Amino acid sequence: MKYTLSVIVENHSGVLSKISGLFSRRAFNIDSLAVGVTSNPAISRITIVANGDEYVVEQLEKQLNKLIPVIKVKRLEEGEYVSRELVLIKVGCSSQKRDEILRVAQVVSAKVADVANTSITLEYSDTNDRIDTLVNLLKPYGIKEIVRTGTVAIEKGHGEAYHSGYNDKK
Amino acid sequence: MISGADIMIKCLEAEGVDTVFGYPGAAICPFYDSLYKSNIKHILVRMEQSAVHAANGYSRCSNKVGVCVATSGPGATNMITGIATAYSDSIPVICITGQVKRELLGRDVFQEADITGACEPFVKHSYLVNDTKDLPKVFREAFHIATTGRMGPVLIDIPQDVQEECIESFEYPDKVDIVGYKPNYRGHKMQIKRAVELIKKSERPIIVAGGGVLSSGSKLKLVQFAETTGIPVISTLMGIGVMPSEHMRYLGMLGTHGKKYANRALQESDLVIVCGARLGDRAVARPDQVSKTSKIIHIDIDPAEIGKNVKTTVPIVGDMKNVIEKLIEEIGDYHIPHEWCETYREWKEKLYREPPVKEGFVEPRSLVAKLSFMMKSKGILVADVGQNQIWCANNFRIREGRFLTTGGMGTMGYSVPAAMGAKLARPTRDVVAVCGDGSFQMNLTELGTIMQNNINIKIIVMRNNRLGMVRELQANQYGNRYSATILDDPDFKKIAEAYGIKSAEVNSNAEAEAVAEKMFQTKEPFILICNVHPDTPSI
Repeated sequence: MKYTLSVIVENHSGVLSKISGLFSRRAFNIDSLAVGVTSNPAISRITIVANGDEYVVEQLEKQLNKLIPVIKVKRLEEGEYVSRELVLIKVGCSSQKRDEILRVAQVVSAKVADVANTSITLEYSDTNDRIDTLVNLLKPYGIKEIVRTGTVAIEKGHGEAYHSGYNDKK
Repeated sequence: MISGADIMIKCLEAEGVDTVFGYPGAAICPFYDSLYKSNIKHILVRMEQSAVHAANGYSRCSNKVGVCVATSGPGATNMITGIATAYSDSIPVICITGQVKRELLGRDVFQEADITGACEPFVKHSYLVNDTKDLPKVFREAFHIATTGRMGPVLIDIPQDVQEECIESFEYPDKVDIVGYKPNYRGHKMQIKRAVELIKKSERPIIVAGGGVLSSGSKLKLVQFAETTGIPVISTLMGIGVMPSEHMRYLGMLGTHGKKYANRALQESDLVIVCGARLGDRAVARPDQVSKTSKIIHIDIDPAEIGKNVKTTVPIVGDMKNVIEKLIEEIGDYHIPHEWCETYREWKEKLYREPPVKEGFVEPRSLVAKLSFMMKSKGILVADVGQNQIWCANNFRIREGRFLTTGGMGTMGYSVPAAMGAKLARPTRDVVAVCGDGSFQMNLTELGTIMQNNINIKIIVMRNNRLGMVRELQANQYGNRYSATILDDPDFKKIAEAYGIKSAEVNSNAEAEAVAEKMFQTKEPFILICNVHPDTPSI
């Protein structure tokens, strides 16, 4: 089973290594990890997508919480959040195939990030599964490289994983 | 103007530190220069690992935090085993290391090691100080983090130029506010109610007490709880000392090397109340079996421990003292079924065996039992790691004193430096280190520290010319193939003499007891070498 965790951390150097070290040390498997600063520059948010049973994810949450620079860990419940991932896909193509690839891009509303003589790079952002679908559609044309950012997620409605005013924590 | 090094001293003074253990080197020289002018006592150890163990023993026996200091590079990396030991036993220790100058960081210069990186898995928290102005805040936070919640070691790595740099003024913060660190001390009311209901419903409850009971200072509360309710107490290796050994409610240590009757009581119980213990594999080999037959109440300050090794029926996160107080309040004068009390007491009497004596050798288990009463009531016994540890754990009759050992990491060589720390923390108490001839030699160099500072500890070396614990394992599980477990010992008496420490070698319990009797009357260190038969088992 897949879980999405939103982890609010102090924006110090070394925090990311503490977190990534924790995963390898405790043998947790993660699918993706994405980091970025929040509206408060002193605080970053890390979105982690992890795989495992309830025991593993509960331990993961608790162990993350023990790290001093971790301010909050929130498990995002299925159906209660929106998630997106950005992908850049470089497809090798001759000029004859270019139109075909562009049509595929059009169907899913992927943008063209770069075109060259023998390749085309598409930019696409959507949920994880839809990205997988696009990747499958493009496979027959010969994918040269894929870069994915990892999933970022936010709660639906006015739910807040963390109100990022730095001093608001009780 | 005040230098970073002077600030470090002022921070230590503000935290009430009067003793530090350490070893100097170039990158920590500014600190040592300031230390020279201060009133803080410095104990020069012979290797940095010992500085951490000594600070560990010091912490465990005082209400203060042990502090240790080392230089950058090898000084710092030598500390790692000590740090890992303190971490796995949840002992508060502050480790200060010098680091190369900021402009040289990351260039692999002389004696540079990324010690905060290397220690990451073994510290509760660590700091690499980049700005002299941050020093007071870092020290304040470090002491706070080390001593609150689930305690543990905190490392402060300070580049040489941060120590040298002068800033305007020094002010020690009186408050700490770490946004991501707010340990929960009060047990949840509802869970405490549920726990009491479970206890009242159960027929054969048992308490498993771990190191958390000792570190939270709730030993007397636990005794009170056991006395009023009649619930028997067994302890983990780290929990030895939660109750006097002879207490009618106490059944000894559990686990693979524990007492038969303690394990029997655990097996037959229907409710296990786990207090400040993580139930590692040596305590309970198959925790899933326990949770199949018993309900489990788990009390711990660290939420991550609950549900980690054993499935829990009622989790209570909070400070042990607070939670046990609430349990006592809530349970009133309830007493558990008398049938169970009689059953476990019967086991305790019936399953006890006096160890057989081997002619011409010291019987270590009987000797440890005897020593317990030769030491004053508040005496501190530090056991090393190996067979000697199990002999002590199962036979030291603790009264008001302490039993120290490393249960989590199991670091050989712990006993002598930890006993030094314990003695410096409690100069009026008897402090005995018990080790094997293997573990004694792991930190043998500390005899130099003992000599130089005349640290009055008594060292008992259980000598069998073997690495006994491993040899026993080889006998039981590896078809008597004794691979690398024979130990040719030097003449320990000559070594003792070289260090100016008095010693004796004995071959029987009568001899050992006669020497020990005299040894406790002197005010100087002593080494008692006891020749033990190699086939003496752990239990």
